[in-house]
This record gives sequence, C-alpha cells and structure tokens, in this order.
Amino acid sequence: MRLSGWGQQPEVETRILPWRNPEDAARLVRRHTRLIPRGNGRAYGDAALSAAAVLQGLAGNRILELDLSQGRLRCEAGLLLSDLLAVIIPRGWFVAATPGTRHVTLGGMLAADVHGKNHHRDGGFADSVTDCTVVIADGSTVTISPTCHPDLFHATCGGMGLTGVIVELSCRLSPLPTAGILQQTLVTDSLEATLDLFTQQGHWPYSVAWIDCLARGPRLGRSVLFLGRHATLEEVPPHRQNLQLSTPLRRERLAVPFHPPCWILNRWSLAAFNALYHAHGRRQGTEPVVVPLDGFFYPLDTLSHWNRLYGRRGFTQYQCVLPLEEARRGLRCLLDRTARAGLGSFLAVLKQLGPASGGMLSFPRSGYTLALDFPWTRAALDLLNELDVIVRDHGGRLYLAKDARMTAEMFQAGYPHLDQFREIKARVDPHNRFQSLQSARLGL
Amino acid sequence: MNPRPTLLVIGATSDIARAVAHAFAAGGHDLILTARDPRQLERDAADLHHRHGASVTCLALDLLADDTTLANFAAGLNPLPTVVFCAVGLLGDPPRSLDDPDTTRQVMMSNFVGPAQMLTLLARRYRDSGSGTLIGVSSVAGDRGRGSNFAYGSAKAGFSAFLSGLRNHLHPHGVRVMTVKPGFVSTRMTAGLSLPPALTATPTQAAQDIYRAFLRQRDEVYTLWMWRWIMLIIRLLPESLFKRLRL
Repeated sequence: MRLSGWGQQPEVETRILPWRNPEDAARLVRRHTRLIPRGNGRAYGDAALSAAAVLQGLAGNRILELDLSQGRLRCEAGLLLSDLLAVIIPRGWFVAATPGTRHVTLGGMLAADVHGKNHHRDGGFADSVTDCTVVIADGSTVTISPTCHPDLFHATCGGMGLTGVIVELSCRLSPLPTAGILQQTLVTDSLEATLDLFTQQGHWPYSVAWIDCLARGPRLGRSVLFLGRHATLEEVPPHRQNLQLSTPLRRERLAVPFHPPCWILNRWSLAAFNALYHAHGRRQGTEPVVVPLDGFFYPLDTLSHWNRLYGRRGFTQYQCVLPLEEARRGLRCLLDRTARAGLGSFLAVLKQLGPASGGMLSFPRSGYTLALDFPWTRAALDLLNELDVIVRDHGGRLYLAKDARMTAEMFQAGYPHLDQFREIKARVDPHNRFQSLQSARLGL
Repeated sequence: MNPRPTLLVIGATSDIARAVAHAFAAGGHDLILTARDPRQLERDAADLHHRHGASVTCLALDLLADDTTLANFAAGLNPLPTVVFCAVGLLGDPPRSLDDPDTTRQVMMSNFVGPAQMLTLLARRYRDSGSGTLIGVSSVAGDRGRGSNFAYGSAKAGFSAFLSGLRNHLHPHGVRVMTVKPGFVSTRMTAGLSLPPALTATPTQAAQDIYRAFLRQRDEVYTLWMWRWIMLIIRLLPESLFKRLRL
C-alpha cells in the first residue's frame, strides 16, 4: 500500500506488518531482513518509511503497570498518548513532556525524543523514561536504561527506531492539579522583544511564541507569546466545571474532509490569518486567564486531517534549533530570508530549549527552535536549501522527526555524537536491518 | 447480589474479544477472560484493570476439551457472570478445503460443536437462575453457504441456527441470547486478505456495535450495519444463478 508521513511527502509503496505484543514483534524482526518501526505516522517526513516493510505496533498498546501514588507507568510502545491521557488526567497525572499533538504513540515519543513547551525547564520526553525494552536486529529482546547498557539506551532515545523496535517503556508522570492552564498572552513587535521576553519569563513552565513570518523590516519577528502553568484548584472558577479533572478530553469536532485546492494557502490568506492572530493576541489583555489544557497543548488536534490543508502536493515542516549565543543573529537571517521569499508559512513557532540530554541523535540543545511549514513545491524546497546554509553557519541542526529532505552533509554537521551512534548501530545491527528512507538518505 | 455486572469472555485472545472486553469494562463490567493458555491474557488483564478499574480474572479453557472438563468449567463459575461473550472461531484454510478433510473437521468443531456445547452448559445455569445474557459470535458467512468458505460458512450457519433456537427456547425464562454477525473485520484472522475498506470494521468499531446492541437488547446485530442488507440480497438470489457466481 501507499504510505507517507504526516506531511504526505514523500510517498512510498510498502507493506505494513502489524505487531500485537513483544513476541509478535520479535518474530517479525527475525522474518524480515529490512524494515523500520513506525508509531502512529505523525513524523512529517520519511523517518518511518521504508520501501521494504514497516513494522507498526498500534495493537501493542497495553498499560502494564500504573502506579498512581508514585506517578509511574509501564506500557507497550504502541499506546497512543491520547488514550493514556484519557486514563491519567482524570486521576491527576500528566506526561513529563508532550508534543503538539496527542495522536502519537509513546514508543514514537521516545524514538524521536520529543520535546514540549516546557523543555527549557523540564527536558524532553526521554528524560522521563526510566527504561525501555527493545527488539534488536538478531530478534532478541533487551531491556535497557541509563544504567543498564547505557550506550544502547542513549542511542535508542531519539534514535528514530534505528537500533531496534521499542516494544515497552517505563516513564515517570508528573502530577496535575486541574485540567486548566493559567495562560498569559503577550504581544511583541519585534524579534528582539520576543527573545527578551523569553528570557525574562523563563520561570513559566510552558512557553511558546507564534511568529508572524510575513512581517518584515522593523516588525520582523513580531509574535504572540503564550506562557502557561498548570492552574491550581483555587484558580479554576467554580463555574468552569469542565476544567476539573473528571471531565473527558474534548473530541475532534472538525475535520478537513478532502484535499482543498492548493491555492487557498497563499501569501494573502496567510497574511490575513497572521494579522488576525496578532490582533487577537493583543485583545487578550495582560491578565492571565485559565484555559482548557487540551486547547493549550493541542490546538490543532481539534481539526483532524489538518495536513490536507496544503492540498494533494503535501507539505514539509522545517524545524531547526540554533544555539543560544547565535540565536539572535541566526533567527533574524532565517526570518528575513523566509519573509522575502513570501512563500508563507501557516505555522511559525518559536520555542526556547534547555540543555541537551543523553540521546545521541536527540534534537534539543540549549537555544531557540523555530518551526516553519511550507508547501512541497520546488520554490519552497530551494528556499529550504538556503535556510540550511544559515542554520549550519550558526551551529544549528534540524529535527529528524520533521525532516524529509536534508542532505547527509547537513545532518553530519549538526549532530556531533553521530560517530558514536554509528558505532553502536554497527554493533547491534551489523546488517543494517533497521533502515528508513531517511536513514538511507542521511547515511545512518 | 454482586453490585458490579461481570462479563465472561470465551476466546479472549481474539481481536474482537479484546475490543469487546474493553467496551464492557468501560461500561462498568468486571471481567473473566478465558483462553487455552491463560498466560497470554496477563497483559490484557493488566491493561483492562488500569484503564477501566475493572477486576479481571484469567482462566484456562479449551472448547475442544472433553465433556467433563467443559461441564466442570461451567459448574465452577461462582458467582455466575451476568453476560457471556463467546468469540471462539477458526477460519481454516478455505482455498484448500477440498484437499484437507482434517481441517474441515477442526473448523466444524471450533465454530460450532465446541461453542454450542459450552453455551448449552451455561444456558442451563442461566435458565435455573432466571437471568443472564449469552452473546455468540457467528458470521455473515453463515447466512448462505458460499464456495469461497463452505466449511466455515456451514459451521457458522449451524451456530446461527443454534443461537436463534436457544433464544426462542430461553425467552420464557428471562434469559437473553444475542447473535453477532460480523462482516469483514480487520483482525489476525483476516490478515493477508485484501478487504474493501468501506465494508471492513476495525475490532473497536465492531465492539462498539456489539456493546450498543447489548444495551438496546437486540436479538441480532450485523457489524458493520450494511451487511444486513448485503446478506439479504445474497440470500434472495436464486440458487440456479447463485451457483454460477464466484463469491
């Protein structure tokens, strides 16, 4: 069947091999000489694609242990974050780090070492994982942790499934007082002001900025900055019963039922969207308000199949991180080049990241990460090659979970622990059994 | 009286059974799961408990075991579960049916003889207690014998007739019997077949249909719903025409 990532590009003809429990996964690994594990297919590019076979464990989704007094979870890797949240939020727990969608598997979250709006304070998802069980290339099953086979563990966290199939994992949860977020919205008029605010407001656990990336000149980098922390029970107004923990999460209410024509997202419609967004942020005022948790973390989850908005041609997300000391200059170059190209980016998100963790191929490192969406067109792909040069010159790197097109050189320049990863990969997978289109492209 | 209703799932390792267990547990049922090897159920038991707070027991049961074993199993259920869901089934290897009489026998035993025998034993206990619900998974394949799976279809036809007769027999005693007729469901049994997506249910969809039908006290449920009408048309075709079709 035809399969692609969330960005719908590239697409490949392949076979899906479903696994239902760890023994299943081990049997399939022994039986196939080339394959790549896949979670719920939310990586944007070709990280979970292979022309040979794709190993998908969505039925291997059991919660094996759940300690509600200590906040500890052990589960099979195919468990969806949305299913987990439905179980733990009513009982007063949350995950230590969440990506911008809850339609991901826990195994995928570990394989991509996803980060959330709290990375600058709490680190990425892999930091909350205490151990995991992996089926490696010879079909054997090993349980690894920061103390047991630490090198394989750090290669697996953020390792995009290239060391083996993650079949189970254990992680720490974080306590949750209510299903509300106390949100403060701030509007800025320039990139400088945005970055200054990030520094000043670093005590907020959650922070993210939406950038109007069509703004140019002095207004370059003008943003709406969202700051948040979990609301306490006293802060939740008594009439907002829906913010108490027992209320189920909101379901998807809207969907993009088909591919709209490609022209609906153009420079004018995007400019209008960004202007409205900015004005809306301004109207929010300076007082913090309590908002529902799912709207704060998962704004796009209410619109299912939103990836169809870019039409049949598909799209790609360009997410880079620039080190702290280079961020101001680097971001200015990136935004300036993007604004001049006028190709538009529906989403332009800026976040602060904390120090890198142990994952050899993990994306986060101290600095700022910028994410831009582009339609999959020749002009946009040419622009991305130019952005690559800027990112590389400023010592940055790109996120494997989003990437569908970077070169092996670009990758190598950004990931200093690559040789160490290759060494471990050669040891546990000498015949390169686990291979994706991405890993082949990047020479992993 | 036990304040929480209990569902007994016979053949709990099947994909439909697993999804049905989740649907009933979410609706407040405790669970008794059975399989030939109950160790296979430990993970599911933990999952059902953590997700829904259900209390879950795992038991060994092979429907092809001897009469005494089955009778002892039925007699040993104390307290009696309020609902029984029997999902045992075996597709066999339809293209090789003519060459493999052994498998044909296996298919008859697994889809008809074993389940009917077990449900009879449980039906007697329900009749004596004057309440209870028996749910049997038959198949649309039992609605008319087709060349592509005549052994499986005939066993399911037998099981459908058994369930409808049992329903009739137990009605005066306040015991309900529900027949489930799945069309295509994407499960291990159908892995490798190319099924039309519009007519194929996921195990979760099938389980929701089944649980809803249980709540509405239906006698018979097709899942997905359009299979009722597809099978009606298939049943109405004259045999002289039907025998020439490749279905």
